[in-house]
Amino acid sequence: MKKIEAIIKPFMLEELKEAMNGIGVQGMTASEVKGFGRQKGHTEVYRGAEYVVDFIPKVKVEIVVAAEMVDTVVTAIINSVKTGKIGDGKIFVMPVDSVCRIRTGETGKDAI
Amino acid sequence: MKKRLLAFLLITSCLCGFLSPAFAEEGLGGPPSEEAAVSQVVPAPAPEPVADSAGTVTGGAADVVGVTASAPTAEELATMGQSEPLAAKLADVVGHNRIAINMVWVMVCGFLVMFMQAGFAMAEGGFTRAKNAGHTMAMNFMIYGIGILGYWMCGFAIQMGGVGGVASLGGAGVLNSEFVVTLFGKDFGLFGTKGFFLSGTYDVAVYAIFLFQMVFMDTTATIPTGSMAERWTFKSFVVYGFFITALVYPLYANWVWGGGWLSQLGKNFALGHGHVDFAGSSVVHMTGGVAALAGAIVLGPRLGKYKADGTPNAIPGHHIPMAIVGCFILAFGWFGFNAGSTLAGGDFRLAVVATNTMLASAAGAFSAMAYMWVFYGKPDISMIANGFLAGLVAITAPCAFVDSGAAVFIGAVGGVLLCMSVFFVERVLKVDDPVGAISVHGVNGAWGVLALGLFADGTYGDGLNGVKGTVKGLLYGDSGQFLAQVIGTVTNIIFVFVVMYVFFKVLDKIVPLRVSPEMELEGLDQSEVGVTAYPEFNLTKTHR
Repeated sequence: MKKIEAIIKPFMLEELKEAMNGIGVQGMTASEVKGFGRQKGHTEVYRGAEYVVDFIPKVKVEIVVAAEMVDTVVTAIINSVKTGKIGDGKIFVMPVDSVCRIRTGETGKDAI
Repeated sequence: MKKRLLAFLLITSCLCGFLSPAFAEEGLGGPPSEEAAVSQVVPAPAPEPVADSAGTVTGGAADVVGVTASAPTAEELATMGQSEPLAAKLADVVGHNRIAINMVWVMVCGFLVMFMQAGFAMAEGGFTRAKNAGHTMAMNFMIYGIGILGYWMCGFAIQMGGVGGVASLGGAGVLNSEFVVTLFGKDFGLFGTKGFFLSGTYDVAVYAIFLFQMVFMDTTATIPTGSMAERWTFKSFVVYGFFITALVYPLYANWVWGGGWLSQLGKNFALGHGHVDFAGSSVVHMTGGVAALAGAIVLGPRLGKYKADGTPNAIPGHHIPMAIVGCFILAFGWFGFNAGSTLAGGDFRLAVVATNTMLASAAGAFSAMAYMWVFYGKPDISMIANGFLAGLVAITAPCAFVDSGAAVFIGAVGGVLLCMSVFFVERVLKVDDPVGAISVHGVNGAWGVLALGLFADGTYGDGLNGVKGTVKGLLYGDSGQFLAQVIGTVTNIIFVFVVMYVFFKVLDKIVPLRVSPEMELEGLDQSEVGVTAYPEFNLTKTHR
């Protein structure tokens, strides 16, 4: 099992969810996060004074799937949220040791 | 050095006053209203007037005299009343209705002005940070309560205790005691002495005046909470609240509206109609703005406002939509502020006043938008909102004396002045004013009264402050009126600044004005008022 963490633009969450539904992903967790990458935020102007917004709002989506699904999911995420502009985000993939569904006690792939 | 000299002059003039005190038995001037002016020819009531607490006597046949061009004179009423008793009785009802219309107008407008407190709370709350939102709102809320009590105890008597009667509201004229100093053979009214705790003034007209004047005063008192937001201890704020509402505002207001010496510059020294301020550009807004400047200087800038090299950082407000709604509430209340200052629903000039008010606000917002767009690339909404208010402040004094073209011009200049002033205060004076209160109210208050001295077109104000003829500005041939406006402006700046600066300095020694740096970083909500405005959110707390 693998966990896929995608940091995306907030307004792309809906597209990503649709794409995941389309390839049979059962669930996901989304959180509002802030961060910056190589651009180091951006500048805004308030009452005539420029200021740097270092941490830009993003949405982090976490999806756990069977290992053989990873490539499909990653490709689907890229296809759904890519704009080709700076700030599209990043995808991280990492191993998951175990999963347990709290209600039934199921474990492993059955619990995903 | 100048300040010391002035303080010395003030003190000595006060001492002179105590050596030759005199109490005027009659009000020296009327409110800024045509109706009031006309009534000054009516003989004063009996020496010791009886207050009308039940409201059963106020408003009668005497109140129809001189109201319109063909209204009966007092003699006609007396003689014809004998031959036609029914007419005399009907005249009594007509007079009662006239006062009733005026009373309702003054009350409703007073209620509108009261709601401006909500506008101030939202505008100031929105332009400050989330971590201080509870504290900022608490100050804007409590200044209402503190203001009412301070004004009831002391402020009202000082301001209006010698005003005499407000003719448009009838009444017995129980506010009949002004402390007057005689210098160079001229009377200088300094403060009223009747009506502390509203005692001896249990009268429907007086209560109406109290409510209306109280909400104006509270506008002044709430202005410095904007420039001093996000770092002011609540304890010292409470002391400040009583000081400005009971003493500082009422004194200047007495000089202009209560029959005091600034209003008498016309009668005594032939300077137009004396210092004229229809609804309070100087009395209300400049007083608040100058006090806001003194307070912000003594308090110092917020942590993180200035970089080590002195250049300012932007500290964005946390809730722009709230601030904008606040500005709309203020503009709504302003119709009561300006149009209500006729003190008479029967004074149809109120239509001109309200329209001018509307136009100036639009012009102020538009010129601020254009200025920011041209010089800073974007139509900055916080500055547009400030420009909108700047236009309103600027038209507050001249609204009754100019036509629509002048109103638009005055408002437009106000919007540009606002932008330039905000940058001047922030970058040159290095005074941190989170919401722009000094520029909106102080600078544009001064511009408003000076604009009256320039653009008053001679269509209104006959008999105002006991001077015959209408109010004319410099451009319409009366340079004396402009000079009176300058004197009023300079007096306000010096008097309010010196008194408030010294007050804040002294208060700081007794009750520290500023919260500790730790509290300031954490936000004032918990340390000062014990409640977080947004407990269910994880706030980003920075020093800027």
